[in-house]
Amino acid sequence: MTNASIPPAATPDIVVLDRVTKRFPGIVANDSVDLAIRPGEVHVLLGENGAGKSTLIGMLSGLQQPDEGRILVDGVPTPITSPRHALSLGIGTVFQHMMLVPTLTVAENLLLGGSWWQRPKTEELEARVAEISRTLGIAINLHARISELSLGEQQQVEILRALVRNSRLLILDESTSMLTPKGIEELGALMRRLVEQGLAIVFITHKLKEAAAFGDRISVLKLGRKVGEIPPERFRALGEDEIISEIVELMFGKRKDDPEAEEKAPRVLPAGAASLLEVHDIEVPATANSPGLSAISFDIRPGELLGIAGIDGNGQKQLAEALAGQLSTSGGTISLEGRRLDGLSVGERRESGLRYLTDDRLGEGTVGSFPVSINFFLKQVGAAPFWRSGVEQRAEIEKRAGELVREYDVRTPSLKTPVGRLSGGNIQKVLLARELAEGAKAVIFNKPTYGLDLANTLATRQRIREIAARGLAVLLISTDLEELLSMCDRIAVISSGRLVGTIENTGDARTRVGRLMIGLAA
Amino acid sequence: MSATALDTSNHTPARRDIQRRIMMTLGPILAALIIAGCILLAVGVNPLTYYGFVLERGLLSPLGVQQTLTRMAPLLFLAAGLIVAFRAGMWNLGGDGQFLLGAVTAAASGPLLVQVLPAWLALFCTFLLATAVAMLWSLVPALLRAYQGVNEIITTLMMTFLGTSLANVLVKLVFLDPTTTVPQTRTLPVEDRLPRLFDTTITSGLLLGLAAILIVHFVMTRTAFGLKLQIVGANPRAAVHAGLGVPKLTIAVFAISAGLAGLAGAVDILGVQGNVRADWNPAYAMAVIPVVFLARMNGIAAIGFVFMLSVLSIGGESAARRLGVPHHFTLVLVSIVLIMLALAEYIDHRYNQSRKA
Repeated sequence: MTNASIPPAATPDIVVLDRVTKRFPGIVANDSVDLAIRPGEVHVLLGENGAGKSTLIGMLSGLQQPDEGRILVDGVPTPITSPRHALSLGIGTVFQHMMLVPTLTVAENLLLGGSWWQRPKTEELEARVAEISRTLGIAINLHARISELSLGEQQQVEILRALVRNSRLLILDESTSMLTPKGIEELGALMRRLVEQGLAIVFITHKLKEAAAFGDRISVLKLGRKVGEIPPERFRALGEDEIISEIVELMFGKRKDDPEAEEKAPRVLPAGAASLLEVHDIEVPATANSPGLSAISFDIRPGELLGIAGIDGNGQKQLAEALAGQLSTSGGTISLEGRRLDGLSVGERRESGLRYLTDDRLGEGTVGSFPVSINFFLKQVGAAPFWRSGVEQRAEIEKRAGELVREYDVRTPSLKTPVGRLSGGNIQKVLLARELAEGAKAVIFNKPTYGLDLANTLATRQRIREIAARGLAVLLISTDLEELLSMCDRIAVISSGRLVGTIENTGDARTRVGRLMIGLAA
Repeated sequence: MSATALDTSNHTPARRDIQRRIMMTLGPILAALIIAGCILLAVGVNPLTYYGFVLERGLLSPLGVQQTLTRMAPLLFLAAGLIVAFRAGMWNLGGDGQFLLGAVTAAASGPLLVQVLPAWLALFCTFLLATAVAMLWSLVPALLRAYQGVNEIITTLMMTFLGTSLANVLVKLVFLDPTTTVPQTRTLPVEDRLPRLFDTTITSGLLLGLAAILIVHFVMTRTAFGLKLQIVGANPRAAVHAGLGVPKLTIAVFAISAGLAGLAGAVDILGVQGNVRADWNPAYAMAVIPVVFLARMNGIAAIGFVFMLSVLSIGGESAARRLGVPHHFTLVLVSIVLIMLALAEYIDHRYNQSRKA
């Protein structure tokens, strides 16, 4: 896999982390981590949320400085003082969230950061990009606006930008989280070609399969410590399944074949039970940015888990918002326990037992600057016993918030901590506590495990199964087919704002859902 | 890490935090005084004389301190109004127009109402009218923001130009006092104005202003309504998600903010001025905006900063007459303080970053 012309032992390390420690208030983000990054290798950094991957990258890209230990660049101890400095050392970073100006063209974006007193060297850039794209086999139109490109193409532009600046080490931070399966494959192939040219790549992910598929060397981080490394020789000797089980061993200390692939225990729903949530012919007009919904109908019985599968951006968010009342519908009916909900406000729908757990946890689910305790009651502001005659009852709020923190295992330094400081998994627990606490009858989950680490993903899925077992109706919207197959009783497929088919989750459901998703009849 | 281990033992850092806060507030003020002193030196005024004069006239002389406290009354109302708006994330910069329309309404209705109603009831009705007019004036930017998403910074600023002109037109054409040659409204007799406190010249409007800002502080920090406004301000999408009626809350915010500005105008007329002269515009609201920022939109802190602004403006007005420094220099001083404070915050942030590194 690695470039065979250079024997691994002879290649000097580009960057070495030597017992690097980084502390933040209350936590040790990195605890004397050693790491050697060699040219011609894809070095995978694997770890759950909060394992210290981002901090490590922050130090490599000059955003943060280590508290202890040293960073050696080409064997020389070098403090990396700023992102600019990192770039000049040949360390380029592609962050998880796109860092391009959407209104500018590709060329303009690539030229950003040049000296202000010089004219942009467009011709030079074009020549350089042509050369790079030729050797890598990627095609990028320099004159396209960033906003017109797909996320995968935007990522290629970011990689290109790092290469144009002569990076020797390319850091890819959770780069696959925004990509389609095809985009992920392309990125894998691109990484391979890059390391063949002698670049070093650090690839950060929390997905085991990607690590096994794309890596040459894997370092596993756990709670800020490096718990293990699989060197290339060993990597080549093992099959993909063996690698995954070895990583799981490293990460969780217990052997499991694939922790995500759980078989759905067959459940028997009481036959002939009346539907709890009935949705009939929901219509939402399309807008410039969203597909709208047409003729969406389904019903969910008590205790039933209905999945909505589909490629992201096909109306999933609109469906969830239309049901919750955040988006007004132009037609159709929604009823819960026979009671009509359409026409009611968001608050009234919640009151009658319909809960919506948003996928945008910080953007709309919580107010990041508010304390954890208040965020539990964001949808109940003014309700007794937490407010009496409109006046806040701090003792009641603290008491109930404390109970919820324990019950839902929210890891927070205190109830007063701003919720935005918690990790994604803990913010999700706050939302779960808020939506499921009392009076829920039907719950809409929109991508409930999106961006969560494995432990929190499994915990969230367990919660969802529990509430279904309690007799609630659950609508589970997800882009993760495995998740739907492992949890749902039935799976409906959404495409361009309409449901193109609903399938019982038995036997060949995987292929049938897959066919529907790519536009074939099941 | 335990799920139940809630850390409650953080009292000492809290005290150190307060100490640092105070340092971070007083340090920049001192720096601002020095810089402003340099400007005074440059225009040929001894800064020590100026500051001494401002302090003596604004704070130390009995008459000065009474004037200062009287000046606080309208400023407190304005600060209260701005706190409501800013905390809800709505930048009501139209306070001056709302203030003047409230003032003209009070000046027009006060002298008429005292002739037909008992004094206290007349004052009460005047307050109500002034509030209502200012609220109505805010309806245009409120509706535009609530239902069309039009940026209220622009609309309120525009409306303040219109409002000041309208107030002027009203004084000159509609409510002109025919018995004087000066273009002004009828004057409210001194005995019908808001009572003074004890044997001083301090208006009881001060107490109303203090009450207003304390109530606002309580509402914003301890009530469901205040929390709703803060949610709208901190994350409007979370407000929609939580099912809050954002458009209605927006209109309520504008109404309360403008109403308080109108009350400020009324309290200044009914307590101090007695009438509105043509072309009168003290531009209090603009001066209060930086003060509210200095206080970080905290009602209690705002009282202290409003007091400071009053001292500066009363002292500055006297100094303008005596030393020839324009009284707008007060605003120069306040804005230098604001810039210094922002700088201090930036430096503090950098310091924290480098200490962590």
